[in-house]
Amino acid sequence: MDLSHIFNTKKFFSLAFCAVFFSLLSFSAFSEEHAAADSSKVSATEAHVEEADEDISEVILHHIADSHEWHFFGHVYIPLPVILWTDNGLKTFLSNKFGHNDHGTEILDLEGTKLVNYHGKYYYPSDVKSANGTYITYNADGELLNKKPLDISITKNVVSLLISVTILLIVFIGVANSYKKREGKAPKGMQSLLEPIILFVRDDIAKPQLGHKYRGFMPYLLTIFFFVWLNNLLGLVPFFPGGANVTGNIAVTMMLALCTFVLTTVNGNKNYWGHVFTPHVPWWLYPLMIPVEIVGLIVKPVALMIRLFANITAGHILILSLISLIFILKSVFVAGVAIPFVLFISVIELLVGFIQAFIFTILSALFIGMAVEEHAEH
Amino acid sequence: MILLALNPLVTPDPGLFIWSTVTFLILFFLLSKFAWKPIVKALDERERFIEDSLAKAEMAKAEMAKLISENEDLLKEARLKRDEILKEAKEIKDQIVNDAKEQAKTEGSKLIEKAKIEITNQKLAAMAEIKNQVSSLSIEIAEKVLRKQFEDQGKQEALVNDLLKEVKLN
Repeated sequence: MDLSHIFNTKKFFSLAFCAVFFSLLSFSAFSEEHAAADSSKVSATEAHVEEADEDISEVILHHIADSHEWHFFGHVYIPLPVILWTDNGLKTFLSNKFGHNDHGTEILDLEGTKLVNYHGKYYYPSDVKSANGTYITYNADGELLNKKPLDISITKNVVSLLISVTILLIVFIGVANSYKKREGKAPKGMQSLLEPIILFVRDDIAKPQLGHKYRGFMPYLLTIFFFVWLNNLLGLVPFFPGGANVTGNIAVTMMLALCTFVLTTVNGNKNYWGHVFTPHVPWWLYPLMIPVEIVGLIVKPVALMIRLFANITAGHILILSLISLIFILKSVFVAGVAIPFVLFISVIELLVGFIQAFIFTILSALFIGMAVEEHAEH
Repeated sequence: MILLALNPLVTPDPGLFIWSTVTFLILFFLLSKFAWKPIVKALDERERFIEDSLAKAEMAKAEMAKLISENEDLLKEARLKRDEILKEAKEIKDQIVNDAKEQAKTEGSKLIEKAKIEITNQKLAAMAEIKNQVSSLSIEIAEKVLRKQFEDQGKQEALVNDLLKEVKLN
């Protein structure tokens, strides 16, 4: 048929995509190591040369981590509401109520509930001040011993999530409306921008993995694809409304992976569970195979969770490390090298943002596809 | 130390987990209901429409080709028929001409025959008349000559003598 060559080119493109992805995967892994090495080097340099210098790795981690306020520049920030489920019930306050002391040196009194802010997190203070002036105690292994209240604050990531969700809702409901309004006509504007991507998700992700059952899973795959992609892109924007590291946060990727896991488990058919509990091996291998299969069930979403988290976080660490070089070497001329590199990595991160959304979606589709497959390939 | 510092990164924060789950699920349900359903439906419908249109176009093309070939057949047939008719007409014409010629010929020859007979008859009649005329004329002439001859007595006697002489010889 006339379409076969197009199909072949598509296949070719997916192959090319996979190739690029794997090379980038190794690249990101490398960069992560690299970044880690950099940071350790950095801290070593500091320790030896610049005692008073700010701990760069801490700065980087602070930028990647969640926060109780949205910092713009200098002293301009938006305080975000802190919601804590403490031993004495729910406590709500704005994050700037007690100033900005996050070194754990000051006890915050919330109508009788005592708390301490240590690196942006709220803990119950230790009874006595430790040697370095904080109310935080570590054991000999360097583990933090203080207990924490359940923190369900509207943090920077939550706000960013709400922003991205709002954008997605506005954009896609708008697009859906234009589909209704312009029924039977050619797409226009936003519609024609997003239609190829929707078709890409349908024809290159859902259909090959799910076969004729793809229709029921389209909403989930589309939601997850655009959610991950938009948040990846927003994470790359250094200023409001971007800047939060949503898809590089393990809680978010865990939630996404868990959704895929739940869908897989709920939709698993007889074949799927049969494959898990009665694999096609001699019976005496069952004690070995069944645990392996069960581990396989759990490892799949865990891999999903870690892949997205690690890729996005690695990219952020890399960019921040390159920028930090300017401050580590204390020379503005380093910028001449660092900025082109940052630009280069940023462009790669744009690609990675898309590829990771694609990979997350296609693997979700693959796992669901395995669960709903009619005939096991054995 | 760096591993320890990374530690909070790989520890899922329960608060964020709860919020992201809630927002994602809300997003999923809202988008499924208000965005994906109409979009996917519209895309499917459009695809079906395009497919239908293509199929229809194909059908129309086939129909057209059929019509064209039919037309050609008809034309060919018509041409054949025309040729046949022309041929037939020619034949008929030839026959008519031939027949006419034949008839004319026979008619002509018949006429000629008749004319010939007539001519012969007329000739015979004329001959007979001429004979009659000649005989009557000769008789008249003879009468007149005789009369003239016999007006003179001497001559009459001479003649009779001559005649008698001849008779004597015999």
